[in-house]
Amino acid sequence: MSNRLKLSIAAVAVSAMAYGAMAPAQAKVEGDTITFGVAVSLTGRYAVNGKHTKNGYDLAVKLINEKGGVTVGGKKYKLAVKYYDDESTAARATQLAERLIQQDKIKFVLGPYSSGMTKAVAPVMEKYKIPMVEGNGASRSIFNQGFRYTFAVLSTSEQYLKSAVDLAAEVAKKEGRDLSSVRIAIGVRNDPFSLDIGAGVREDAARYGMKVVIDEKFPKDVTDMTSFLTKVKALKPDVLVVSAHTVGGAVFVRQMNEQKVSAPMVAMTHCESAKVTDTKIFGNASEGILCAGQWAPELAYKDNIFGTAMDYTNTFEKTYGYVPPYQAAESTAAVMVYADAIQRANSFDTEKVRDALASTDMQTFYGNILFAKSGQNIAKPMILRQVQDGKYRLVAPTAWADSELNYPRMTQ
Amino acid sequence: MSGGRASGVCIRRKRRTPIDTIIGNLNILVIAPPLSLQLLVNGLMVGALFALVAYGMALVWGVMNVINITQGEFVVLGGYVTVLLVDIGIHPFFGVFVAPVVMYAFGWALYRTVIFRIVDKDLFVSILATFGISILLQQLMNQVFGADIRRADHGFATWPFFDNIVTIEQIKLLGAVTSLAWGGFLIYFLKKSRLGQAIRATAQNARAARTMGIDTDKVYAATYGINAAVCGVAGALVAMIWVIEPFIGLIYTIRAFLIVIVAGLGNLVGVVIAGVSLGAAENFAGFILGTEFQVGFIFALLVVILVGRSYLLDRKREYLK
Repeated sequence: MSNRLKLSIAAVAVSAMAYGAMAPAQAKVEGDTITFGVAVSLTGRYAVNGKHTKNGYDLAVKLINEKGGVTVGGKKYKLAVKYYDDESTAARATQLAERLIQQDKIKFVLGPYSSGMTKAVAPVMEKYKIPMVEGNGASRSIFNQGFRYTFAVLSTSEQYLKSAVDLAAEVAKKEGRDLSSVRIAIGVRNDPFSLDIGAGVREDAARYGMKVVIDEKFPKDVTDMTSFLTKVKALKPDVLVVSAHTVGGAVFVRQMNEQKVSAPMVAMTHCESAKVTDTKIFGNASEGILCAGQWAPELAYKDNIFGTAMDYTNTFEKTYGYVPPYQAAESTAAVMVYADAIQRANSFDTEKVRDALASTDMQTFYGNILFAKSGQNIAKPMILRQVQDGKYRLVAPTAWADSELNYPRMTQ
Repeated sequence: MSGGRASGVCIRRKRRTPIDTIIGNLNILVIAPPLSLQLLVNGLMVGALFALVAYGMALVWGVMNVINITQGEFVVLGGYVTVLLVDIGIHPFFGVFVAPVVMYAFGWALYRTVIFRIVDKDLFVSILATFGISILLQQLMNQVFGADIRRADHGFATWPFFDNIVTIEQIKLLGAVTSLAWGGFLIYFLKKSRLGQAIRATAQNARAARTMGIDTDKVYAATYGINAAVCGVAGALVAMIWVIEPFIGLIYTIRAFLIVIVAGLGNLVGVVIAGVSLGAAENFAGFILGTEFQVGFIFALLVVILVGRSYLLDRKREYLK
């Protein structure tokens, strides 16, 4: 059996190689179309947010095309996207990135969903010197490797819940409390992205002289948070921050409510994907929780393709039938930034486009975009929205806020 | 990665070693003893639920010599049955009765289409085949129900004790009671009913059972169906107590596997005891060592138990000299 098996594997491998060699040298700019390539999670663990990402890309392509497309060398080009499904696994994402570049001859790549996938794909981009603009890889570990070809329109992970610490400091100052008396509990999932979030909170707490009283890492497949919540119950922190992705976030909101645990300030991530405001799932359990976000429809940013953030929201809702979460918005912004860079480069040369990307300085409905040397966007702050009467209300940073913070949070 | 930087921050401040943290956590338990009660009660309740899944696994393993990796997916499917009930306006607790019926049919059909081909094969084939089915089911659920998180809202309250220090969710208690009731029912069923006796006879010696006129194929189909039904009950409870999504099943498979290893096959009472004790141990480990070591502790405990057991067996073993 094993000999025959080996033989057939060899046969498949050879024919695959032959196919690869014979594949027609497809150019990514065919006629009047510029094709972006992306491997995104359409099935598997990240399928929900993968779908948001795809919808975000598609909507950007549609609207840019409607507005005439991208002009290069005096000629108008339409945009298109070639998708693959990375099945939510990093290994597959890497393979598909290679395939996009080698077989499909894609020269412009958009980012996958999640930090893990982005981190897997970025080295491939370096290898082939293909620029990638991404909107869904926020782990700062993507930006300390000296990658030249990866650009992210979003704020990096360590900033996600920093705004909560800032807000806690503001509140404490207002109450005339000494900052060193503020006690923080941190619970993050044990993955690179969430650990960064925890590290960001810890750094900020240290800067203010606040005390971290609980600092826990949840296992990746967290189902029951009782032991963490019991500790919170015992130590009564002033600020409780949690980042545990969608499932963990949902479990946290439920169990916090059912076990009657709370803190004057509770902040978390992934509210939108966990649907914490859905009363059918959570009742009013999420009331008063602060949700970190990259973006919200209430923000006052605008551009000439989508208009304001609210205009974008309306267009998106009309097209897909739901309010865009920030994952969709940042994906749309990634395409806009890319299109803008190609137009400014006035060329399809990947080096010129890369340089144009590096010198991006623009405002989109999603926020201001200005890339640091390491590729992340440094012009846009994170926001905090509080669930008030079942709706998200923008409460921080206070400069942008349109609602008052409800403080302290009561046990629901 | 970021962990390194994280601890870097700690170094600059006053350094808190893991030992300090553990001692601190133990100290909390000493100062506020009701917290221990909370951890214990929660652990027992959660453990009972896991025991139910393990119970089905032990049954299939013992009777059919199949290690069923799809256990977790059966749980999730049972959960979806319950969520669908809620969608048509029925209280999710009825899921505890509807899900097993649906899942029995599902398990029976799965046996008739796939599993009967692997019953006589070696254990490795059964792991491989059920692993494949598990992936297939995950993806099918993803297509049919979507990847969103679902949960069945039950409307049961929480009992607070000791000024909220101990909170007992009624639904968890109900879940534990349901699990134990189902366990008791199954033990009774296996002992007293004709089918139950046939299942036990097949488990002891399939060939002899066949010669005695037992249709072992039917017995296998029923056993596999019963396992799916039991998982369905667990799934209904999981959907009410926590949340479900298509890819969450593996946790339940692994936990069930662990419990069966500790308890041994053919020892259904042992499964219940192992389930609830591991549940309690896990909660205490999570509190004292930190949640990141919660799962690791359980597996370390598994190693200790296995080594300890083989040592005891060695001492009992008699040699021919």
